[in-house]
Amino acid sequence: MKNEWPLWEVFIRGQHGLSHRHFGSLHAPDAEMAIKNARDVYTRRNEGVSIWVVEAVNVSASSPEDKGAFYEPSNSKVYRHPTFFDIPDEVGSM
Amino acid sequence: MDKDLFQYLLRLGDNTLVLGHRVSEWCGHAPVLEEDIALANTALDLIGQTQLWLGLAAEVEGAGRDADKLAMLRDIWGFRNLLLVELPNGDFGRTLMRQFLFDAWQVINLGRLMKSSDPRVAEIAAKASKEAAYHVERSADTVVGLGDGTAESHARMQAALEYLWPYVGEMFVGDDVDAALVAAGVVPDPASLREEYDAFVGRIFATATLEMPESRFTHKGGKNGAFHTEHLGHMLCSMQWLQRAYPGASW
Repeated sequence: MKNEWPLWEVFIRGQHGLSHRHFGSLHAPDAEMAIKNARDVYTRRNEGVSIWVVEAVNVSASSPEDKGAFYEPSNSKVYRHPTFFDIPDEVGSM
Repeated sequence: MDKDLFQYLLRLGDNTLVLGHRVSEWCGHAPVLEEDIALANTALDLIGQTQLWLGLAAEVEGAGRDADKLAMLRDIWGFRNLLLVELPNGDFGRTLMRQFLFDAWQVINLGRLMKSSDPRVAEIAAKASKEAAYHVERSADTVVGLGDGTAESHARMQAALEYLWPYVGEMFVGDDVDAALVAAGVVPDPASLREEYDAFVGRIFATATLEMPESRFTHKGGKNGAFHTEHLGHMLCSMQWLQRAYPGASW
């Protein structure tokens, strides 16, 4: 539909000190209303202390077809996980 | 004094109760999902404020009633809300215009009530004013968006403003109840809010490219209970039927 409001992606910070996380998406005529709509749709149970909105057309995403070239090569590289080191006890929890 | 305060608290509580119910009628019917949720939130905020105002009213009355009884077991002649809030929703534009006209007054009045000499009133006003500040921000934005929108949305908003404007003046008409409480420093003089109100809504209407009607004629009778529109009775029928049919039902 031509008259639909643009789609916005909503990111909410749950508490101070945490990072914003993607919560969902909604429609709104402009950024200001998108923030208000996000407030009403996603924070009515006290879920957040800060809201970011990004118009969905401005999000660049990796393509599902690239999945092989993008992600499979790292499957076999277990040595990239730092699990082969013995951590001295005196270091404590990491 | 307590009699006057009881009346005044009924006015505040009935405004939020009746408007809250009207707004809740949109639930599941708003033009877009986001507005549907936003309207439902507003309705719930207003019902929450009603519990506080009518709860205090019942306490001041001291006749063994509570907020629920006041809300659900009074008939039309017991209601003290402004006529503006009982008017039917009309289209979405008229609903939002009515909301804005009320919110603008509500936020100014609550600001004054926060300085009430009665700490119970001041406390409820402080709590409600945060919700009202958000409501007016949202309804003002929507009035601007639709007023300064398409030719059709503009025409609908201008028509809504002209239809509703004759109900605005009642907010500023004082009576003996007000006078007694103004003298005691409990509430602001209703007439004293008009200048700030007109300046504020005038600014929003200018941005919304809407023409503010000049007439000061006003329908009245809601807040003193002398006369309600024919719409309130129908609304109470659907709002109160459950308590009427099953007295004392709860969950």
